[in-house]
This record gives sequence, C-alpha cells and structure tokens, in this order.
Amino acid sequence: MSATPMVKALASFVMMTSLLLSGLAHAEYPEKPVSYVIPFGPGGESDIAARYQQKIFKKLYRQDMVISYKPGGGGAVGWSQLNGMQGDGYSIMGVNLPHIIIKPLQSNVGFKTEGLALLHMFHYTPDAIVVPKDSPFNTLADLVAFAKENPGRLLFSGSGKGTANHLTQVRFDELAGIKSTYISFKGTGKAVAALLGEQVQAEWGFTTIGAKHEDQVRLLAVATEERHPRFPDVPTFKELGYDLVSGAYRGIAVPQSVPEDVRRQISDAISAINHDQEFRQEMENDGFALLDISYDKMDGFMRQKTLEYTETARRAGLIK
Amino acid sequence: MLESLIQALTPFNLLLALGGVIAGTIIGSLPGLTATMAVAVLVPITFTMPVTSALIMLGAIYTGAIYGGAYAAILLNTPGTPSAIATTLDGYPMAKRGDGDLAVTLACIASVAGGLIGACFLLLLSPPLAKVALAFGPAEYFWLALFGLTLIAALSQGNLIKGLIGGCFGLLLACVGSAAVSGDIRFTFGSTTLVGGIETVSALIGLYCIPVMIDLVAVPGRHLQVAGEQRGFRLAEALKISWAGKFNLIRSSIIGAFVGILPGAGGSIAGLIAYGEARRASPDRSRFGEGAAEGVQATESANNATVGGGFIPTLVLGIPGTPPDAVILGALLVHGLRVGPDMFTSESSIVYTFIFGLFIATFLMLPAGLLVGRYAYRFIIAVPKGLLVPTIAFMTIIGSYSIRNSVSDVFIMIVMGVISWVLNRFGFSPSPIVLGLILGRIAEEGFVQSWTIGSAMGNVAGVFFGRPISMVIIAFILLGMLLPLAATWKNRNRYQKEVVS
Repeated sequence: MSATPMVKALASFVMMTSLLLSGLAHAEYPEKPVSYVIPFGPGGESDIAARYQQKIFKKLYRQDMVISYKPGGGGAVGWSQLNGMQGDGYSIMGVNLPHIIIKPLQSNVGFKTEGLALLHMFHYTPDAIVVPKDSPFNTLADLVAFAKENPGRLLFSGSGKGTANHLTQVRFDELAGIKSTYISFKGTGKAVAALLGEQVQAEWGFTTIGAKHEDQVRLLAVATEERHPRFPDVPTFKELGYDLVSGAYRGIAVPQSVPEDVRRQISDAISAINHDQEFRQEMENDGFALLDISYDKMDGFMRQKTLEYTETARRAGLIK
Repeated sequence: MLESLIQALTPFNLLLALGGVIAGTIIGSLPGLTATMAVAVLVPITFTMPVTSALIMLGAIYTGAIYGGAYAAILLNTPGTPSAIATTLDGYPMAKRGDGDLAVTLACIASVAGGLIGACFLLLLSPPLAKVALAFGPAEYFWLALFGLTLIAALSQGNLIKGLIGGCFGLLLACVGSAAVSGDIRFTFGSTTLVGGIETVSALIGLYCIPVMIDLVAVPGRHLQVAGEQRGFRLAEALKISWAGKFNLIRSSIIGAFVGILPGAGGSIAGLIAYGEARRASPDRSRFGEGAAEGVQATESANNATVGGGFIPTLVLGIPGTPPDAVILGALLVHGLRVGPDMFTSESSIVYTFIFGLFIATFLMLPAGLLVGRYAYRFIIAVPKGLLVPTIAFMTIIGSYSIRNSVSDVFIMIVMGVISWVLNRFGFSPSPIVLGLILGRIAEEGFVQSWTIGSAMGNVAGVFFGRPISMVIIAFILLGMLLPLAATWKNRNRYQKEVVS
C-alpha cells in the first residue's frame, strides 16, 4: 500500500468536508448523511423508534440517517461524550427520560442534565402492567388484591433500575397502598423473557410490549391520559382511580457547539418525520405514543418532568 | 416448503447470500468489527428489499462474521469476535508450527458443519426449543456462569493456580462501571472513562493482541513457521481430520445450538463450553493448548451453531438470542413483520424461505471462506514484519475505538494490553481473565436477581437449589470439578501400589 493515494484521498475528503461546512449556513438541512447515535444496545425501544425515523428521513430528505450504538453505563457513555462530538448538526444522539435526569443525580457519570442540548422529544412509550395471556389476574383489581394479601410476594420484572419502569412501580405501590418486589433486568427483551418464563407474575413494561408480543401477553392498565388507540379495550390507570400518567420519553440531543439556527432546523426535521402519516401509523401500531415537544417548548417540559421524577426517585431512595 | 426452497434459490437471493457471507467474513476477521456492527450498518440497505431477501442477507453476514473471527484468532492469537476466544488456544499454536493454512481450512469446515446443524435445529425444533429459553431463569444463568468458570481449569494450560488468579482478576474487571442489576457506578475511581465499564471486545483486543505485537518486535525471526512448498488449501487432509472428529463436531454443534437459544449467553460461551467438553472427552488431553485440531473444530463448530440457535427465540418469542439477532429483530419490525409463536404457521413462507437461505449461505461459506481464508493466511505470512506490526497496531486502535466510537475504550485496550504482556512474562494466559470478565457479569446479574426473588418469597435456598435445570447444571459443575480429582487420586493409589509391589 503506497502512501500517496491515501494522502490525496484524505486531502480531497478534507476539502469536500470544508466546502460542505461553509455552505451549511445558508443551505437546507440536511445536505449529507446524518449520524444518529443510540446510547444503548440494539433491539430496544430506542433502537426500533430510530429505525422507523431512519426510513422516513430517507424518504423526506433523500439523505441517509446512519444509526450506531454506544452502549454502557445505562446511556452515560454516550451522553458524557455528546458535547465532544462535531458541532455541525450532522451528529445527533438519542436521549431518554428519566435516565438523563436521574443518572447525574446518583453519581458522577460524566454529564449533567443541563449540559445536554435537547432539541425535540418525539415520542414516549407509556408504562403498562403486562401479564402472560393465561395469568390468573384478569383485571388490575385482581392484581392489587393479590398484592394486598401477599405483601412483597408480587414479583414484577422490568427494564433497569431508576428507569421509567422502576419509578412507576414505586409510584403505583404508593398509590395502591401495596408492597411489590421489582426485579431489574437488562433491557425489555430479558424482562419479557422472565415474564413469559413465569419467573415473575407480572411486568412493569410498556405498551410496545403489548403490541410486539400480542399473542402471548395482556395489558392490565396503561399509564396514558386517554386509552391508547392500539388497545381500545385496556383501561387507563386514571379510569381505575390511580392518578398515573408516565412512561419513557425519547428525544434528540446535539452537542452544545451546534449553532442556534441549525438546532431549529434539526428540531423541524424531526417534527416533520413525526407528522408523516406512514410514520404515525407504524409507531402507533407498535404501541408507541407520539409527542411533539419542539425546541421552544423543551425548557418547560424538562422543568415539569425533573420535578416529577426527582420526587419519586427520592422517595424510592434512589437519590439523596 | 418446496416453494420456499425455490424462492430461496432465486438468483437475487443467491447473490445476496454469497455477498453477505463474503462481507461478513471480512468484517469478522478484523478484531473489533463485530457481527452486530456489520448487521447494524447494513440494515438500511434492506429496507428497499423484500423481507425474505433482507433476512437472507443479514443472516448471511452474521454467519460469515462468526466464521471470520477465526482468522485473527489463528494467525494473530487475537479473537476477531468474542466467539473465537477459544479458537486462539489451539489455532495459534497450530499456526506457529506452520499449520496455519490447515487450521484455517479446518475452521472453515467446522463452521460450515456447525452452521448446518444449528440451522437444522432452527428448521425442525424451533417452537419446542423456544420453551428452553424461557425455562432459563436468573438462577439458571447464575449456575451456567459458574459452570463456565470451572472451564478455567481447562484453559489455564498447565498452571491451575495462575489460571484461578487470572480468573479472579477478570471477575474484578467485570465489576468496574455500572453494576449489572442496580446500575450503581462502582470502581471508577472518580474517572468518567470507566463509567461504561471494561468493554469486552476492546479488552479482548488488548489482552490478546498487544502481547503478540510486542513479541513480534522483540523476537527476531518470522512471525509464523512456513513450509517450503505451497500446499494449497490442504482440503483433503482437513476433510480427513474433520471426518475423524465427526463426533466432536456434532457434540460441539449441539452445545452451540443450545447455548445460542439462551438470550444473553452467545457465541463466546458456546465456544468455550464446547472446547472444555472436547478436551474432557479426548483420550489425550495434553495435546490441547499445544495445537490440537480438535480444539479449533470444537470452538468453530459451536460458535456457528449459535447462529441457528439464536434465531429460535428471536423468531418464536420475539426475544433476541444474541446481539446481532436484536438488530435483525428491529429490522423485521420496520419491515412490518410480526414475530411470535404463530409466525411459523401464519408467515410460514417467509420463515422457511429465510431458513433455507441460511442453509444456502452456510454452504456458500465453504468456497467463500476457503478463498478469503487463504488470502488472509498468505497476507500474514508474506507481509514483512516492518509492515505487519504497524498494520496490526492500526487495527487494534480502529477496532477498539469503533466498537462504540469511544476513545476511552482505546485507552482501556492499551492498558489491558500492557497488563497482559507483563502477566504473560509470569506465565499467566489471557483466557482465564477474559472468562472472568464475560462470566462475572452474567453471574452477578443472575445472583442478584435470584437473591431478590428468593428474599421476596422467603425461600432463597429454594430459588438457587430447588429448580430442576439448576440441579442439572450444579451436577455438571460437581462432576467437572470432582472427576479430575478422583482420577488423580486413583492414579496415585495405583502408583503407590506399583511401588509397593
């Protein structure tokens, strides 16, 4: 291998990149492929939502969205490196709530909630209680009655600690006046396997599990304001008298160095994907619930969520 | 069924299978570029294809990548993917003594055999075997990990105490970063570099590859012994050895297929268990670790059998058996395909076309793998050291960086490498460390979960010891540890009697 062609190729690459960068200020976003980093492993809700976005992004903008994974530390590896990435708007990263609020409060994980430039929250997966199809619990009332008679013996599987599943378990225990046991698994896939294998009686999961494993599980209640269109027969917790609306919220963040106008462009692009009919249909069919918290509305949204989550986490003894 | 077979044989699908196997083999051969990454990058291309073609291509890449990991293991003592860890144990000694070409061909035949047996399981036994995946609860994973740790005895090559110390070091490394179940951050010494823990693949690259590189520079003479004349693929010789080792291949493939079914276990554990069992079954154990063909055959057939095995829970339950399966499952959802117990009846044409595609891709791996393998071998023996070392150094950095695009992982890789080189001087081998690193996390997860369940039910002992599958694994652990002791004791008695008489 001789060095000269390499150097030439490198030089022309650098030139092209700088040309593209200089054109960025007055060009339409996006002009080239966008790198989209998921700070978790593949196969989870974050990955699947991103794969749906990837398809529509290509359709709307004729550019590729390249998905890669940066797992570790429950997302901390990715978020702690976000601000060190290229600030041209072509590197974006997925963010998850409550993770980005709870993690930095627990210990030094290399990033701060305020340090992340959040652009757009585009969907959430509502929490739900999932049971196997043939479970003796036919309604939420059955499950609560069992838990009242057998304190601590109702076993829930769920994805991770300090996560949406876990915090909701803590809140529901308080609301229903029961004591259940939460077993944390690495990711939704393993939590579902534990449920189907009857290692646990129920799972604190998401509506997406009800859609993906339709033939094998039932949902007892979902934590949405109104019934989810995919599950018209499943009551909300609110209907049943528990004031519980919650889930894992997902959005996009960019490095702090991305200029204001580019941030708006990206937020608009994500919003445009959210308004695509095909995208809406596919996401809802999979059990996701769409959101449209744009860049302007982010501060207010985060303030409210931070308050909610920190309070629960403090009561659960997850943070001091 | 016949229709599905014909569909799998369309020129387009054949081309995808061949291209996928070749691309996968090349990617897998580069340490740090894993099957997961290969599949993830290529998913968007499949969005414009029919879903069966997409599945065939992704399956072919996956199969190829698992086999490709053998090259670096054999030629550089560095597993190209974690699945090839145990391939280094005998593959590299074979290469050292000049049989690198034979080892590559043997690995290819074993991979094809393992892949075919794994695919047979997928074709014939999917729904019942998916139940096995579910029967494995936290306690079973804990015991499986402990069983894996008993393999340290098989891997420590002569010195058991040093093997155990290495294993403990690996267990400690597994504790760094966020805890398996609770997510607590520990042993990071305030550094955010360590928050994500010691990433397995970058640790592998450091532990195995850096010492080889240093030795390449420090020791004069050629990297590998080379025979004077060109000997081609040595296919006839390899086929003869493979036929003689057919029981080993079948046993290892069955182990691989079963381990593949368990979500979270994967090719590395399958290869190690198959290696341990091959060694146990062999009449002459002393050859293991010195370049025994059986060692390469066991690992390479087992890890390719996990491909078919891993697809079983993925397709039947919608629960990915291995990380590449997780990517493929995501792609299937985007293609609008619902996986689940009914898929084998409601979407049977897609499922069977895919399974036949996997068979075809596995068959194609024989010619494709032999050719690519030959090229890799010739490259390693022909390139002068002055060029080989910088090339490998470049690869280690790119590989450890690209696993999650993190510079921290590069630093960790280098530190691991230096530690490994020093430990090598004192007779410690890297394999027990890696075993501790991989199994420590699985053991911890299973232990904490079982303990939580046991405490909640007021029956900790019952959760750990009272379940049938756990009992079987515990019996295996006891057998594995006590049989060698009994054998030693018997030998000593006989020896004493002989001395007396």
